[in-house]
Amino acid sequence: MLSIQSLSKRYNTGDRALTNVNIQIPKGQVVALIGPSGAGKSTLIRCVNRLVEPTEGQVFLGDTQLTQLNNRQLRAARRRMGMIFQDYALIDRLSVMENVLSGYLGYTGFWRSFLRRYPQDVIAEAFRLLERVGLESFIDKRADALSGGQRQRVGIARALLQNPQILLVDEPTASLDPKTSRQIMRLIRELCAERELSAIINIHDVHLAQQFADRIIGLKAGEVVFDGEPEALDTDMLTLIYGEEDWNPQTDTEDDDSVQTQTPDPIRMGAKVAMV
Amino acid sequence: MKPLLNRTDLARQGQWRPMPLIRDVRYRYLLILAVLAYFCLAFLSIDVNWTRVAEGMGRAARFLSAFLQPDFTSRSQDIINGLLESLTMTLTSTVIGVLLAIPVGVGAARNIAPLPIYLFCRAIIAISRTFQEIIIAILFVVMFGFGPLAGMITLAFATVGFMAKLLAEDIEDIDERQVEAIRSTGARWLQLMNYAVQPQVMPRLIGLSVYRLDINFRESAVIGIVGAGGIGATLNTSLSRYEYGTAAAILIIIIAIVMLTEYCSGYIRRWVQ
Repeated sequence: MLSIQSLSKRYNTGDRALTNVNIQIPKGQVVALIGPSGAGKSTLIRCVNRLVEPTEGQVFLGDTQLTQLNNRQLRAARRRMGMIFQDYALIDRLSVMENVLSGYLGYTGFWRSFLRRYPQDVIAEAFRLLERVGLESFIDKRADALSGGQRQRVGIARALLQNPQILLVDEPTASLDPKTSRQIMRLIRELCAERELSAIINIHDVHLAQQFADRIIGLKAGEVVFDGEPEALDTDMLTLIYGEEDWNPQTDTEDDDSVQTQTPDPIRMGAKVAMV
Repeated sequence: MKPLLNRTDLARQGQWRPMPLIRDVRYRYLLILAVLAYFCLAFLSIDVNWTRVAEGMGRAARFLSAFLQPDFTSRSQDIINGLLESLTMTLTSTVIGVLLAIPVGVGAARNIAPLPIYLFCRAIIAISRTFQEIIIAILFVVMFGFGPLAGMITLAFATVGFMAKLLAEDIEDIDERQVEAIRSTGARWLQLMNYAVQPQVMPRLIGLSVYRLDINFRESAVIGIVGAGGIGATLNTSLSRYEYGTAAAILIIIIAIVMLTEYCSGYIRRWVQ
């Protein structure tokens, strides 16, 4: 389904973000990508839909070699890859419905989208998706009027309206509380099962990853250091990925928050500043 | 004497002051002295002719006293014509200027425009902003003759520079994650502008347009003095005829209209947020 072959990325600054990454993901598999901040998780999923251009290697989605497409073909290929973001990345000043419908932009011309004249079946599908994520009564609310969990549901609906074959999910729970995080992960999991979608989910929280993924890939300094079943991820492996730490599961619940504050993600820190 | 402590040791004892902007104490005081010296020298170089000031006081008093009895009636037709001309100039120049400023502003935003287009648009902005309205007005009066057409073109030209610069800066400040999200749906460039950029900059664009409308009205009164039509021309005529009552009436009307637009633009800006 998705095949990443000897992918490397070096930024203009000279930083090596990814080194020779090889990953094959079959249809319907949900993969959690874990690793410390700066390990290249975000870069990896952005190399798939080429929001970040990879330096070396190939990425195949089905039979399409994504790394070789021109702009026009790339736009068409991006429709098949839905993306979900850590800070939801909704358009704050547009309504919930407009945000969901923006998932259809790749399929429609400029004037139709400019005038918000979407085909009837697309609007019906958008509404069905909003119903599925429990937000049918919010269609005309502005996106910035929603809570974090609700916004992420809108983000999910937007990605699904693309009718994708794979979901690229970047830290879906990083800005959410533990309970909402679990609800969002469960929702993504269920939707993947319903639609036989593959997914790559970047996630900080190892326990969420183990709870909701079929397979876990550990990334450290741009290289894959672990690739296997969630059960195979033991304390030795965690030490290999993250470095020495007390991985005692009894302190789980308190760790949820403290781990997040100890390893602030630069993107997320930037986001907070921007919101203030 | 206690030994010299560094900032960490001092902070441990609870003594902490913010870092000074300039670290070196000598350099800091030298800079303050230099600024003071410059200020004194500059002040001494001002040459005031006090007898002329005394004379002028009388004239200014006469001018100001005319404000107590503004004359709206004897030149009312001229005033109305001038005002209508000014308001027409203001509105048309703002609309044309903003419409032209949008593509220039988009092209001048480094995060969405390629380098050649960026440089070209920045050059347009630089030219438009370098020259003060009066100088441009003189040029256009020479080109198009006296009257409101020259004034309208002047104001539109100035509006392009002003709006495009501020719009470009606003676009450069947008939230890139929203752009990324729309790009990942496979949207084309125009759709990206319409969905990811426009909603983020629209309130400020509207606010700035209304603000520019009110600047253009004030400017229209000034450029009239160099022959570009409008209420400024009427004001200039009345001053050169020593009709201070009429001049006062015109100034009062300008103040009233500026205050009105100020109030309205504040309201509109709050409403579009």
